[in-house]
Amino acid sequence: MADAFAITTEAIDADAVRAAVLGPESGAVVVFHGTVRERTLDRRVTYLEYEAYEPMALKAMTAIADDLVREHGVAAIACTHRVGRLDIGDDAMVVAVASPHRAAALAATADFIARLKQDVPIWKKEHFVGGAIWIGSPEDPQGEGSRPPEEAGA
Amino acid sequence: MEVEIRYFAAAREAAGIEGETVAVGDDSDVAALLTTLCRRHPDLVGPAASMRIAVDEDFADTDTPLHAGAVVALIPPVGGG
Repeated sequence: MADAFAITTEAIDADAVRAAVLGPESGAVVVFHGTVRERTLDRRVTYLEYEAYEPMALKAMTAIADDLVREHGVAAIACTHRVGRLDIGDDAMVVAVASPHRAAALAATADFIARLKQDVPIWKKEHFVGGAIWIGSPEDPQGEGSRPPEEAGA
Repeated sequence: MEVEIRYFAAAREAAGIEGETVAVGDDSDVAALLTTLCRRHPDLVGPAASMRIAVDEDFADTDTPLHAGAVVALIPPVGGG
């Protein structure tokens, strides 16, 4: 079985992320794809560049998942995040959550993504027509608390 | 004593390097180290205000004490997913 958490420079194998959480108690399996989209606010995105502090990112993802397994009673959580240059339509992240019942699986998926966006050391540089910006930085017009993290795009 | 610095994302671009070894006083904390780093790399001064610091892969406070060989990372606002 694949590691539950991984950082990769290759295209993400979503089936492998899903396989990492499957078990006989899985009545609900959520697989979330965070995908590179072409437009943010009024900027036309040309590509994204992701960077990670890999050992800390893996440690942080593991800690968040352990919390959420306790909090929601889900069976297992797995996540693979891609780094390097990504083009429109590429998966940047795949999260899989397995649980006996759907409500807990859906809630834990949303919470995992929200906490990853706050506390996991992974950075996204958006290259758009006319410039580039680190997402979440003070220069980012949608950063600095202008809207809650759970509404920010994947 | 010496500590290992890792710069990421906007911090890496401001410092112009991915990492370095820095000598600090034996009683230094994170705040003292940041002062040293901003003196070495003046372009860090602005972005440093919005950064968090990790010591040995855990988020730290400004008064967290350092130890010889500590790995200190400058963590600009994150944006994964």
